[in-house]
Amino acid sequence: MNNSTGFASYFQFKNVNWPNLEAAAWETIWMTVVAVVIVAIFGLLLGLLLFETRNSNSPLIKALNWIVSAFVNIFRSIPFIILIVLLLNFTQILVGSITGPKAAIPSLVFSAAPFYARLVEIAFREVDAGVIEAATAMGATRWQIIYKVLIPESLPALISGITVTAISLIGYTAMAGAIGAGGLGQLAYTDGFQSYNNAITLAATVAIVIIVMIFQLIGDRAVKHVDKR
Amino acid sequence: MIELKDLTKTFQTDDGEVHAVSDVNLTVNKGEVFGIVGFSGAGKSTLVRMLNGLETPTSGEVIINGTRIDNLGGTQLREKRRKIGMIFQHFNLLWSRTVLQNIMFPLELTNLTKNEREKKAQHLAELVGLGDRMHAYPSQLSGGQKQRVGIARALANDPDILISDEATSALDPQTTDEVLELLEDINKKLKLTIVIITHEMHVIRRLADTVAVMEDGKVIEKGSVAEVFTHPKEDLTKRFVNAEIDPTQTVDIREITKDLLQKYPDGLLVKLAFHGDQVQQPVVSEVIRKFPNLQLSILEGAIHQVADKATTIGSLYIQLLGPKDDIEKCLQFLQELRVETVVIQDEQ
Repeated sequence: MNNSTGFASYFQFKNVNWPNLEAAAWETIWMTVVAVVIVAIFGLLLGLLLFETRNSNSPLIKALNWIVSAFVNIFRSIPFIILIVLLLNFTQILVGSITGPKAAIPSLVFSAAPFYARLVEIAFREVDAGVIEAATAMGATRWQIIYKVLIPESLPALISGITVTAISLIGYTAMAGAIGAGGLGQLAYTDGFQSYNNAITLAATVAIVIIVMIFQLIGDRAVKHVDKR
Repeated sequence: MIELKDLTKTFQTDDGEVHAVSDVNLTVNKGEVFGIVGFSGAGKSTLVRMLNGLETPTSGEVIINGTRIDNLGGTQLREKRRKIGMIFQHFNLLWSRTVLQNIMFPLELTNLTKNEREKKAQHLAELVGLGDRMHAYPSQLSGGQKQRVGIARALANDPDILISDEATSALDPQTTDEVLELLEDINKKLKLTIVIITHEMHVIRRLADTVAVMEDGKVIEKGSVAEVFTHPKEDLTKRFVNAEIDPTQTVDIREITKDLLQKYPDGLLVKLAFHGDQVQQPVVSEVIRKFPNLQLSILEGAIHQVADKATTIGSLYIQLLGPKDDIEKCLQFLQELRVETVVIQDEQ
């Protein structure tokens, strides 16, 4: 069975090492989940910072807004594959290695957190200003307004935002896999493409599509559950 | 209770300075319902937003219960705000919370236990007539029910003052009356001072004791509702009062009076205005008996109660036909009865 070209090659599934595929799938899921959790935390904080520092008259806060905004815009515009290479030294210091699923996390976070921060900011802007005014009139502090009004009232948008971010993170893990992070991306690239084993590439693709669908499903369900509008 | 001294608020905009509120002096007594009426853009909203520090005045003083609040900040201001409830035109409820949870919101800002909060919120939900909808979300409620939640929420921290910012403007007439009734009830039961701003004179007539009329950021007229309704001074006030109690404002009656004046140039169209007990007097039959040569026909009549039913205002449009002499005497007779008469001319 050395027929490594043609469409038929994609369906020679006996060439697929299923335990390997399963292990790779779990690596992808692990990278995605860990990155999503960290991205959610940093994105929320950055988004909150962007939201709270907008329309201020104080020059200090204006400057802060400008800095955060610039940071977010810069990291959002660097292509992911370049970002990984750019952060190699940083990753080495932080994780102690530049290969494996763990090593993918810093670059995943740096690329996705600014993206999510913008989504968070937009979600907060969508919250009815009248409701915020009502809370202020009741004597709520700024912090109480954040966790009692802003976050609950924008929760559907925050969840659909993190779903979108999670799905693009799955795509990024595959890219990171191509340069040694492990997971389905690495499997498809080294065991599939570089070993002329198209069936592995197809199997890895199908596995990724299933993972994406599961994340989307979870996200949609969660939004439906919290949205009482 | 509330004292506003030379209150001014100026906004800087791209088109220069806008004087939203200028030199307003008002006193609101404890337990009264104080209405502020004016068209949109008159500065009413800005004015009441200075009562709870949502806006800070450019100059002047806001004194509540003897304490200046316009220069407070931080904890002190929040402390004061808790004692001032506020309801809004668009209700401003949290869609993510149930009726009960919405009412509990202000209570969560105090140090009541969860149990106490729930008990109090349940009591308030019942007070506003939503005892059976406590676990519904705002999206499942009608406009009137939403405003009831808003009222319950505003009352949660036992405020001394309730501010109503166009609270009935988004509601249909019947729901408006229901909400006004609830506010009236609350004012009586809880001895609450209520400040309402509105562009509807109907709201003032139903609810307020005292009224201030605002135009271009200034208070142009103020007084007891009974006084302002019976003797409005400024043109704008007259317009507001007439829109509420004078049927000549309708196109129909204007067309008809025009027709009649053309058809019967000798006849006289008169508007009679009655105040208080006068509305119960048999004025028309007395006129008919006294002036048998006159023909009297009634065009339109209306009767309204103002200032919490303390005063009644009636108006009657009549046409008098007959000898000029008799018509003159008839007008004199009406004046003797102390009924106000206004002869309607063609240009009206």
